[in-house]
Amino acid sequence: MTTTLVETPVGATAPAAAPTGARAQRTGAPLGRASGLTLGVVMLGLSLLVLLPLAAVGAEAATNGWSGFWASVTAPAAVDALVLTVTSSLVVTAVNVVMGTLLAWVLVRDDFPGKRWLELVIDVPFALPTIVAGLVILSVYGRNSPVGIDLFGTRWGIMVALLFVTLPFIARTVQPTLMAFDRDTEHAAATLGARPRTVFRRIVLPPLVPAIAAGAALAFARAMGEYGSVLLISGGLDKTQVSSMYAFSLYESYDFPGAAATATVLLVVSLVVLVGFEIVSHRAGRRG
Amino acid sequence: MADTLAPGRPTPVAGRGRGGRIALRTVGLAYVAILVLVPLGIITWRALSPGLPAFWAAISSQQAITAFRLTAEVAFASVLLGTAFGVALGILLTRYHFVGRRLLGVLADLPMAVSPIVAGLALVLVYGHNGWLGGPFEAAGVDIIYAVPGMILATTFVSLPLVLREVVPVLQEVGTDQEQAARVLGAGGWHTFWRITVPTIKPALTYGVVLALARCVGEFGAVAVVSGNVSGVGQTQTTTLVIAERVQQMEPGAYQLAFVLIVTTVAALLVAAHIRRKDELS
Repeated sequence: MTTTLVETPVGATAPAAAPTGARAQRTGAPLGRASGLTLGVVMLGLSLLVLLPLAAVGAEAATNGWSGFWASVTAPAAVDALVLTVTSSLVVTAVNVVMGTLLAWVLVRDDFPGKRWLELVIDVPFALPTIVAGLVILSVYGRNSPVGIDLFGTRWGIMVALLFVTLPFIARTVQPTLMAFDRDTEHAAATLGARPRTVFRRIVLPPLVPAIAAGAALAFARAMGEYGSVLLISGGLDKTQVSSMYAFSLYESYDFPGAAATATVLLVVSLVVLVGFEIVSHRAGRRG
Repeated sequence: MADTLAPGRPTPVAGRGRGGRIALRTVGLAYVAILVLVPLGIITWRALSPGLPAFWAAISSQQAITAFRLTAEVAFASVLLGTAFGVALGILLTRYHFVGRRLLGVLADLPMAVSPIVAGLALVLVYGHNGWLGGPFEAAGVDIIYAVPGMILATTFVSLPLVLREVVPVLQEVGTDQEQAARVLGAGGWHTFWRITVPTIKPALTYGVVLALARCVGEFGAVAVVSGNVSGVGQTQTTTLVIAERVQQMEPGAYQLAFVLIVTTVAALLVAAHIRRKDELS
């Protein structure tokens, strides 16, 4: 299973996941003229496209000094937006940790007609344009809801949209790990009289923790930054404004330092969470 | 998949846990159905129920045609850039050792953790009117922000790691034996790349390109920031921006455009699934 939609970060976990690959990496060739030139071009491109612009966000946020930055990020609207963003991202990640692990289990261990289609449907939220995802959610849970559930302009609506877009991350990260499992230990435990629940908790779950953590990190980071999928269902109200919408509104009113301050907070929270999950994943992987 | 791989086939553990398995299956399927399948069905119905003439009118207006063309141009250029970047960096990360390689891998992954709005804002701050590099480009008469080049940059930013993430595991897995053999037999670097490396990573590469294409066609937030969302003369709205405008202005035709994108997405996923299955069988 080398090709999945969602994988753990390239540089961060590759050595842990493939020890032989890591050894091969270490003994890789030194740079020659052509490869050195390629590295230069890649570095230049990455700098111009990603690194320099992200640095510019930090610099713009610092335009009015620390007090200006602090005033921007502690403005009531900014705090409300951040609290909503973080809490709904956490809740959504928690729900999809459970449901994603369950779905991965169903995809790997269960067998029924149409299983392939289930895999396809799980991938849809990953590839669907976010604004289309937003429209999909709106058409079911918006005004004139055909199922009688009106979540327009509510925080529940935000949550449903985020559940939708983060659905594939955990399921698709856990699936390959579960697939590679040697099942002898499970059989042994079951033969020795362990109940299915005990087998799952004591045998199956511990080695899955790194994959679950990696998937959860991706899902959380995605939820933190979501814009398109939550825009329509939010109804543009203050109480349903997430941080990315708040940053966009500041940008549209030409408050660039304010928008950059909010963007910086979003970046920092995402990175802290990614690193945190990486540590959890690393520790669990070593213990397992 | 379970038909081809023996270890994946479920084997009932001493006849127990069968009821539990059915329960889990029901919960999983219900969750996916409520969250994804039913909503997709409803949106399809909303797109098609006004009838074929309305559908045609929605997707053939001047605004829609321009949006489709812009979307295609931006997505094509971004996928090309992302593919070149992904393959080059993938080979560097797996075949060479140099100082800061691990850091480079992490940095290349960074766009996955960045909100599209932040990505767009970041590009405006560098390439915009008062941006760090905005001046020189402006002097040269090249518009980046509020124009197609900026939209390409934004779309490339958000889709950058997709191809890289697909080719790196394959490059790691196949190792360097064949490439070294080719070198020993006298093939040059360029020759080895085209005749050995490219055919090896072709399935993963195709898969990554399909995913990146789907992502680029659907990018919304970052493009909304850098494009200026101009409609009418000098339109910079891509398909996703037109959809948002039509919904927010209560104009008809949003569902029909969304349906076109849904069909495109599902087609891309089917192609990707097909490539993956062929790859696993071989």
